[in-house]
Amino acid sequence: MLIYIGRRILMAISVVLVVLVATFLLFFAGPADPAQAMCGETRCTTQRLEDIRRSLGTDRPVAAQFSEYFKGLFVGRDIYVSGAPKKCEAPCLGFSFRTGIEVKDAIAVRFPNTAMLALMTMVIFLSVGVSTGVLAARRRGSALDRGIVGFSQVFGSIPSYITGLLFALYFTVLYPILPRYTNRGDGLPAWLGGLIAPAIILGLFYATGYVRYARASMVDTLSQDYVRTARSKGIGEQTVVYKHALRAALSPVVTILGLDMAGLLSGTLITEQIFGVDGIGRFAIESLRNDDLPIIMGTVLVGCVLVVIMNLVVDIAYSFIDPRVRLS
Amino acid sequence: MSAQPIQPEPADRPAILPMDAPAPAPKPVVPIVAPIGEVVLQVTDLAVRFPSDEGPVNAVQDLSYEARLGRTLAIVGESGSGKSVSSMAVLGLHNAKRSTITGSILLDGHEIVGAEESLLRKLRSNTAAMIFQDPLSALHPFYKVGSQIAEAYLAHNSVSKQVARKRAVEMLDLVGIPTPERRARQFPHEFSGGMRQRAMIALGLVNNPKLLIADEPTTALDVTVQAQILDLVKNLQQEFGSAVILITHDLGVVAEVADDILVMYAGRAVEKGLAKDVLARPQHPYTYALLQSLPSASEDSDRLLTIKGSPPSLVNLPSGCSFHPRCAVRDRVPGDACARTLPELRTSAPGRQIRCHLANPEQVLTEEHFA
Repeated sequence: MLIYIGRRILMAISVVLVVLVATFLLFFAGPADPAQAMCGETRCTTQRLEDIRRSLGTDRPVAAQFSEYFKGLFVGRDIYVSGAPKKCEAPCLGFSFRTGIEVKDAIAVRFPNTAMLALMTMVIFLSVGVSTGVLAARRRGSALDRGIVGFSQVFGSIPSYITGLLFALYFTVLYPILPRYTNRGDGLPAWLGGLIAPAIILGLFYATGYVRYARASMVDTLSQDYVRTARSKGIGEQTVVYKHALRAALSPVVTILGLDMAGLLSGTLITEQIFGVDGIGRFAIESLRNDDLPIIMGTVLVGCVLVVIMNLVVDIAYSFIDPRVRLS
Repeated sequence: MSAQPIQPEPADRPAILPMDAPAPAPKPVVPIVAPIGEVVLQVTDLAVRFPSDEGPVNAVQDLSYEARLGRTLAIVGESGSGKSVSSMAVLGLHNAKRSTITGSILLDGHEIVGAEESLLRKLRSNTAAMIFQDPLSALHPFYKVGSQIAEAYLAHNSVSKQVARKRAVEMLDLVGIPTPERRARQFPHEFSGGMRQRAMIALGLVNNPKLLIADEPTTALDVTVQAQILDLVKNLQQEFGSAVILITHDLGVVAEVADDILVMYAGRAVEKGLAKDVLARPQHPYTYALLQSLPSASEDSDRLLTIKGSPPSLVNLPSGCSFHPRCAVRDRVPGDACARTLPELRTSAPGRQIRCHLANPEQVLTEEHFA
């Protein structure tokens, strides 16, 4: 078991290293001068350009630049702001010359917003999606089943920016049943309340997928021999469905859940934009618009690391769900 | 309901158990004390139909048989002959919405056809238990073998989990699994095929049922292991005195363990009788053909005899006798009756029934053999 987990962690680390190199090359080894692109003002002073070049190390060979960047991630490095060196603590993701703050801090401020939204969304799509999917599977072929599948297909095919916009318009503007988003500074209850509306619409959108995964998986396990065996023991139907069938049906759902959570945690571009949530997704779009390369690089890196971590979590979760995984 | 004998109270038992007394032992594995031959299961005019896109599938039709304590009934037939379907109906395992079941199934005095789920739950495993064909897929891959057996015991006995677990270990021991303590804590995939089937039998017998239905218990096993499993079933039956229904397509298995035999073809019984009589002198052309197609070590034959054609579609059964398109002796019945009218199941000899138009089947089949 420990060997299994250890091997998975080693694999995850090697993937992160590859991602590091890839993101670095993507942005810094490009043909354009990143310093020029990154400089905030329309007319950059030579001093500032030099600052940026020195802190990025673009005046040095690519390998040296990478080792500096790499070093920054683990032990921190010096970044030159207006000619004076400034300590950037590990894990140093760089410095945004446009906004004048460290990338790490800029992301750290917004990450809780995105993470809480992701968590609330997950609670909604898991509870609604899986329970509805199980219900449909148990009544397979009935009018209810067809209704659920049909509705989830239709609702799932409407782009989330349309449903999201309409939902925001009707429930937070025209009939303000749900509160609008406010920052954490305005108090925890207000902040959480403001996340309800985006979590509902995002949760329902994701739930349409989970209804279908859970249904398909459950239809399959309900026809398995071991479910018939369970039934032949004389235990209650609820135990048969939830203890025997659902546990086996959840494995494929967990795989998709891991990937979806990685996606949600690295920011939902459209929903955050519509509901005005100051999260990673909206921040990434803003930075893209401003050519704020260190921020973009930082968000991409964080997103990639999240994907790797969630995959690792899924792999380990698997070994707890299915004992057969522990052997291989 | 169940015929558990009353256990005499041990004389040295203290009136009040001390606080730190170990958990009481599970009730001992005791044989059912009831007269051998008592009818546990009476199936009368059973029909099972499933709807399909092509029309209703007549999986089982006018099937009647009984199972008696201490006796083994073998239900024999090809795939799709209705042998598994009919025995699953005994436990009420067919989905009521996706099947139509008519007739009567009296299990230990309880009517199963149309029974409430709560009654079925009480009877399953406790009065009638089932051993399934492929133990790898029939045991849950995610739960430990011991807890799967304990679960069935807990469902019918108000005891603590520890007691149920202890009982599971006892059962594993009983079916000949070495180091049962350790095995109980393992998962099904850590067992070998034969061990898994033993565990399945332990699960079947954990509540000491009056009826044990074994659905092709040896099909997924090696020949050597097959014999061990059959011996085990036989010995346990003698010990427990329960009725056993053995579903199989293997006539070799029947010869070894069965007292009675029921041959099914296309959802209907075609021959019934004592196993030794039927196997020695089959009266139905289908039974005869099945026996002919057994590979024989003693007989000097180059090729394996087969039954021509394939089992009929249960949606569109042939007219008349379902077996007539494949029957080698149908021309011995005058007037093409085989293709026109379905023969009734009739008594051909004491304790023997066949569904065939032939007036003197044994003679015809013997002549055929020498032809």
